[in-house]
Amino acid sequence: MVPLWWYISLAVVLFVIGAAGVLLRRNILVVLMSLELMLNSVNINFIAFGRYYDDFRGQIFAIFVIAITAAEVAVALGILVALVRNKPTLKIDDVTTMKG
Amino acid sequence: MGQGFFLLFAAGAVITALTVVLARNPVHSALALMACFLQISAIFVLLEAPLLAVVQIFVYVGAIMVLFLFVIMMIDVREAVLQRFVPGRNLPALVLLVLLGVEMLALVLWSSRFSAVEPVASRGGDQVRELSTTLFAEYLLPFEVASVILLAALVGAIVLARKEPG
Repeated sequence: MVPLWWYISLAVVLFVIGAAGVLLRRNILVVLMSLELMLNSVNINFIAFGRYYDDFRGQIFAIFVIAITAAEVAVALGILVALVRNKPTLKIDDVTTMKG
Repeated sequence: MGQGFFLLFAAGAVITALTVVLARNPVHSALALMACFLQISAIFVLLEAPLLAVVQIFVYVGAIMVLFLFVIMMIDVREAVLQRFVPGRNLPALVLLVLLGVEMLALVLWSSRFSAVEPVASRGGDQVRELSTTLFAEYLLPFEVASVILLAALVGAIVLARKEPG
């Protein structure tokens, strides 16, 4: 059997890679994709803990995370399409109108 | 054998995740992310969560990534390809990320709570049936709230992406 900490280490690595994408990339689309990666690494943790402690709540939480992620992506891409229609750019640094 | 499969899928997931962050072209990032989600769903199968593996493929690979590819097609991505990373503020972010990773790994490896090799003895029986019974009996209200959130997101996305009249 695979030890529990292998799964958690994989989730940590994927989470750090996703955070690197969010912090370092300047393309809005890639930032959104890295966000998906981070949410997915959390799902691995939920399911691994649910499996190793024999609790269905891990899988149920993962189902809810997936549903909320779908909603988030739909709204985010709608905002992105509206944004690009008003201001044709995909760079994060160009969208600073609301910065204080 | 399980360990070998886990290492294979984990290596695939990490390599494709790195490709997502490092690729110059957003289309390549999207395709690499699809491959990464497939590896993660294989890991869900290893964790004996077949329902979640199928949901992962349906929702992420089938719906979300196709949505991403549609938006990439709608938007002209050629000008965004020139510069990959945010200039100037790379170093603090990198230090922060390394600290984050080292801290999490140190906590996981140091604690004895995560060193379990064998899962707690399973109750056995039909896992998917039990899961859906729990979901629709104990978690019915959150389930309905999630469906209302999805409906609201659907309407919101249509309103946001619609062309202004006039």
